[in-house]
Amino acid sequence: MLDLACSDGQVKQSQASENSPLAIQGLTVSYGQKPAVFSVDMTVEAGKMTAIIGPNGAGKSTMLKAALGIVPPVSGQIQVFGKPLDAQRARIAYVPQRASVDWDFPTRVIDVVLMGLYRELGLLGRLRGDHKAKAMDCLDRVGMGDFATRQIGQLSGGQQQRVFLARALAQGADLYLLDEPFAGVDAATEKAIIGVLKSLREAGKTVVVVHHDLATVADYFDNVFLINTRKVAEGTVAEAFTAETLQAAYGGRLATAQVDQLALALG
Amino acid sequence: MSGEEFVPLSLTPLLIGIFAAVACALPGNFLLLRKQALIGDAISHVVLPGIVVAFLLTGAISAAPMMLGAAGAAVVAVVLIEAIRRLGRIEPGAAMGVVFTTMFAGGVLLLEQTDTSSVHLDVEHALYGNLESLIWLDAVGWSSLLDVQALAHLPVELPRMALTLLAVTLFIAMFWRVLKISTFDEGFARTLGIRTNLLGLALVITAAVAAVAAFDAVGSIIVIAMFICPPAAARMMSNQLEGQVAWSVGFAVLSAVFGYVLAGYGPLWLGAQDAVSAAGMIATVSGVILAAAARFGPCRTRSGAPVGV
Repeated sequence: MLDLACSDGQVKQSQASENSPLAIQGLTVSYGQKPAVFSVDMTVEAGKMTAIIGPNGAGKSTMLKAALGIVPPVSGQIQVFGKPLDAQRARIAYVPQRASVDWDFPTRVIDVVLMGLYRELGLLGRLRGDHKAKAMDCLDRVGMGDFATRQIGQLSGGQQQRVFLARALAQGADLYLLDEPFAGVDAATEKAIIGVLKSLREAGKTVVVVHHDLATVADYFDNVFLINTRKVAEGTVAEAFTAETLQAAYGGRLATAQVDQLALALG
Repeated sequence: MSGEEFVPLSLTPLLIGIFAAVACALPGNFLLLRKQALIGDAISHVVLPGIVVAFLLTGAISAAPMMLGAAGAAVVAVVLIEAIRRLGRIEPGAAMGVVFTTMFAGGVLLLEQTDTSSVHLDVEHALYGNLESLIWLDAVGWSSLLDVQALAHLPVELPRMALTLLAVTLFIAMFWRVLKISTFDEGFARTLGIRTNLLGLALVITAAVAAVAAFDAVGSIIVIAMFICPPAAARMMSNQLEGQVAWSVGFAVLSAVFGYVLAGYGPLWLGAQDAVSAAGMIATVSGVILAAAARFGPCRTRSGAPVGV
């Protein structure tokens, strides 16, 4: 455990969390009897890309969903840019897991991206040409401009993922939370997505990604948050993404081949 | 057919049939996409205990308290279904199955334990309704539409069903954008601050109101059919929600008109003597439309089914 225990450390942490894009304290989430996430603290660093990693069933997605108010926590506090979540929804963009929706839903690519403009449009606001232009621009940024009028069911998995990212871009947020955006996508899509995420970071935005591919962590991210129901480690890649922390998070579940691959990736 | 014959005998049942069909088909579109289409079936079962309780409280068979009882039971059922679905984390179909069989069974027990069983609460009326009897005897022709005195004697089901349709349409129009977002992607909708639980509840309550009003006027067969058949057929005609809803309204109207006319005249054309049930024929026509759309509709390939989850 790398939690700062001394009082001096706690003062530092609370100062950091005041300005943090996302500060979670004492978060516990439970489906039924067993907690999926237990007493987790997290302070996301502004303007950086952070990976949330951990074994399957470690509570990565659950933590993200609880932070966004999608699943109710048993306990815990969520602060977004120093304020309660409900006051800051306009500053957050979210990309759910691709498989969490039915892609047979009768709608076109451009309509999905326009959903990202809901907070701007409101319940009955009129959809104008500049809204559509903005949605088209977001589609172009993920290389999907030519697919605007396609039915969403006709897209490949990677294309669907890019449409979801375009919808998040349309939200024009300061904090981007993505749930497994690289799961089951082709190499071209992965490259396109990471390119967009890096450009967001360059624009001063904060990006948090639930990630499963340990081999790319050091390449893609600045910071790492390791979780296995409880927090295992948090910090820069150099600090928190080490053989020890991985062993603590994954236990014996990392195959030798994976460890070798990691050793290569970590240099 | 002349106006003198058509207006008193056919205009009102036809309009009531159309209004009922459209009022059920509209929310049916969203229920279908949310995999909750069976709610129509559920509601038409759970109204039984509501009707029996209303009878026990008032001691009379009259429309108003029975409709209130039915509506009350429908709302109780809808809240129970949502509660079981959310707390038990099970799929909506299972939650509906548990609630509507239990409440229906409770209604049967209630009916048997009290002396209501001797009263004429018959099954046939509940199933097929009584569309053909909703005639407007004060009308003498098209001119009666401007005759205040004749209009005062319109069957009460007509304005009631028209108001229900208006309310359903307003609800869908008002909440179109959030209904669409939360039906497609509930998690995302919540991050936008949309109260998806409340919205889902409002949708099923709207459906319940439409079902109870239509149930009273035209029977449960039409209600069950109209929640599912026109939206399902419409989904195979369009790949856009706007288009699907428009097609579903068209199919609902088509079913009501063709069903009514076929029920009245079809047997005569075939050389038989009597007419058949309009409600049964309307439901049948909607089923035939669904079959045709499933065979010939342009958007019937299913490509985007979710993997797992």
